[in-house]
Amino acid sequence: MYKYKIEKTHKEIMRSSSFYARYQTRHQAKGKAKAGVMPLRIAHRRSAAPKTKDRRIRTTTTRREARREAAAAAGRCSSSGLPRSGSSTPMGSSPNRSSSSSSSSSVSPPPSPSDRQGRLTTTQLEQLRVEQEVYGIYRLFHGVAPHTRSFTLELWRDKHIEFLTRGLKQLGPNYHVLDANRPWLCYWIIHSITLMGESVNSELEDNVVQFLSHCEDKNGGYGGGPGQMPHLATTYAAVNTLITLGGEMSLSSIHRENMLKFLLQMKDSSGAFRMHNGGEIDVRACYTAISVASILNVLDDELVTDLGNYILSCQTYEGGIAGEPGSEAHGGYTFCGLATMILINEADKLDLPSLVDWVASRQGVECGFQGRVNKLVDGCYSFWQGGVLALAQRLLPIVHKQLESSFISGVQASAECKKSCNFTAEETGQDENLCRAGTSHPENEGEELSDFGFSFIGRHTECGPLFHSIALQQYILLCSQVLEGGFRDKPGKQRDFYHSCYCLSGLSVSQYSWSKDDGGPPLTSAVLGPYTNLLEPVHPLYNVVLHKYYKSHEFFSTL
Amino acid sequence: MPSSDDEVDRVPLSARPEWSDVRPVPQDDGPNPVAPIAYRDDFRETMDYFRAVYLADERSRRALDLTTEAIGMNPGNYTVWHFRRVVLESLNADLHEERDFLDRMTMRNAKNYQIWHHRRWLAEKLGPEVANKELEFSKNILDLDAKNYHAWSHRQWVLQSLGGWENELGYCCMLLEDDIFNNSAWNQRYFVITRSPLLGGLQAMRDSEVGYTTEAILANPLNESPWRYLRGLYKGDTSQLISDNRVSELCLKVLKTSNSCQFALSLLLDLLCYGFQPSEELRAVVEALRNSEQDTVSSKLATTVCLILEITDPMRSNYWAWRRNNLPSQVC
Repeated sequence: MYKYKIEKTHKEIMRSSSFYARYQTRHQAKGKAKAGVMPLRIAHRRSAAPKTKDRRIRTTTTRREARREAAAAAGRCSSSGLPRSGSSTPMGSSPNRSSSSSSSSSVSPPPSPSDRQGRLTTTQLEQLRVEQEVYGIYRLFHGVAPHTRSFTLELWRDKHIEFLTRGLKQLGPNYHVLDANRPWLCYWIIHSITLMGESVNSELEDNVVQFLSHCEDKNGGYGGGPGQMPHLATTYAAVNTLITLGGEMSLSSIHRENMLKFLLQMKDSSGAFRMHNGGEIDVRACYTAISVASILNVLDDELVTDLGNYILSCQTYEGGIAGEPGSEAHGGYTFCGLATMILINEADKLDLPSLVDWVASRQGVECGFQGRVNKLVDGCYSFWQGGVLALAQRLLPIVHKQLESSFISGVQASAECKKSCNFTAEETGQDENLCRAGTSHPENEGEELSDFGFSFIGRHTECGPLFHSIALQQYILLCSQVLEGGFRDKPGKQRDFYHSCYCLSGLSVSQYSWSKDDGGPPLTSAVLGPYTNLLEPVHPLYNVVLHKYYKSHEFFSTL
Repeated sequence: MPSSDDEVDRVPLSARPEWSDVRPVPQDDGPNPVAPIAYRDDFRETMDYFRAVYLADERSRRALDLTTEAIGMNPGNYTVWHFRRVVLESLNADLHEERDFLDRMTMRNAKNYQIWHHRRWLAEKLGPEVANKELEFSKNILDLDAKNYHAWSHRQWVLQSLGGWENELGYCCMLLEDDIFNNSAWNQRYFVITRSPLLGGLQAMRDSEVGYTTEAILANPLNESPWRYLRGLYKGDTSQLISDNRVSELCLKVLKTSNSCQFALSLLLDLLCYGFQPSEELRAVVEALRNSEQDTVSSKLATTVCLILEITDPMRSNYWAWRRNNLPSQVC
């Protein structure tokens, strides 16, 4: 049943790209579709509009109108430029930075339909360029023989492992721009390797533990390299790396008491966190601090004070979460913000229906995710945005409850909300905890703060993913995967470790998105390409491989 | 890549007389470093000397110059930036000079956290007198990339901390005229109308903003930005959202003319979920969008809207199906 549904929607997606529509309109005679690639026209005709109306619209499509339509369509769906470009970000940075400068010097007519026809804006032009590139790849893919097609959808594990392992051993001189991100390099690479079910040998493991201890500050926290100031983002990367390695020596190398002291030093009076002594305050800092505290079982009330209100103040009118109050909703920060709220058990403070709606809308015609509205697709958002939806999947009872209570009909609303919440729980067979989960406050008093990350993963998901998991896998495998190993933002960009890590993490999240319980093997239909593409599942709150998380949880919960 | 092309004539620190008294401190990577970087000689040497002055806490002019060199090679090294601030404060250095240095750095590394954080620190020290200069500078960056996240954050910080709100709405209008799809400009517009001390806040601005936004939507119904902005204009006031006829009429108008617009349907769905009572005309227009092949007849308009979206917006078919199954119980 699921299988059928997935395959069906997958095909539909392939037919219904807006670019393909334009391609058809411009270059192909009516009904002259190649085998295996059905023109959009058909998908449209099967869709909402009655045939007559549809035909009318289609046949009056002049070249000019088509261009306008294209222009309008180009405006939606896109991404890029996450906090990827600085150093030390949970999103890291690429040494092969490309400047996305674009001149916008043309004359500015007012935004009225008549004046706008002839000119495409910067956003539209950039979007069109990417769509052309991506659809070129998809057209090729659909044009090849079936056996070649399955090869194309293969995850080239050996190549990736080779690329990653080489990086762990030696990096070229141009990597000096990542000299303050070395724990990140460890995390991106080792997490990627572990996702593919491989591990580093014990000698290398020892070396990593030893090296990271050189990055650890004597007063707690980890810096971007030996002798550098401790920094929250690199602390997160170092801790996640050590948990991913998972050995006793590795786990016990972290000085938890000093860590708590460091985290408390980074706590700001606003309730948020600073990246480092005198550093910037933002949602990344909050997430990395809380993730580390939670996974090491040192999360306490002092760390949590006023934090929920800060994150809440970063949720924007669009629904997503910004880096700081007033800024634009953004995929990376939305992940950080939501994960933080779940870890401190205050997710229900957020406007979850609008958050989910915003994130779900970020998956575009290219099949991947964009980071913000009207920006370009980027493979790394496969995790940031896909991860948000994986988290949201476990919050759906709360989302439903919020939807129900926002219905305006006087006093009935709140009674109705309670009724429906109970109803949902009964109907779906979920236990009461699920309904309550995310509501902080009295009923959770027995639960330790650090437990929320653990109990969250155990929640059952009664609903499939709120994104198109097959389409996302397609973007990752066909557009982000690099033949020589590694992953990239989008076609035309260079591969790097950051994108390799987050494309693989996103791939894992989408493969398991139909699984009902944590880490259970997904149906073959949920995995695009050969089943051997299947990766290890992750804990979506921390982004560490799940069985490594369990092991560390066992280790730290007894301390 | 910020490589050392402008360091061609660089004299090694070891050959500079003013550094002869300093013993460089090599990086302690341990015996078996992981992900080691094959540093170029000039990079390695600069960092070795940096470590020496950093560990000695030497707050001198030469230490300041050294941080300039180190930052030029790797502007992502937050430790160097931090130490630079310490030195600048100790030396009581000319911060206008620092501003010039930072301008040059930012033009080359416009997406670097450290640079923008330093800029905020600097602007805070210099105070309101630099407000306009800072706004002008962020405009220069936005001229190159109108969606630079850091530049927008900085701009918002300047407005809130140092002032300069006078022309901000005009600036947003200009950017939107240039590119109506620029969501960062829409976000800034929202920032201005909700926070500018000169405009009277969201409620006072709502009327004219709804007009502006409606026009933008009608010009490009497939532009998501103004649709989200329109919802934002009623944030925290859903009763206004469902009672303001302009909103539902906009949905009606778009749905009448543009086959099936996902954003119009989505907004309509939200309206219904908040308790909006649709007119017969709106109901009829939506029903007309239904696929005749769909035999399930639903009494709820919201269900119909979801069903249409499930088909016309296949990327989100699961999401719309979830919405359909989770409509508030009293929905129309």
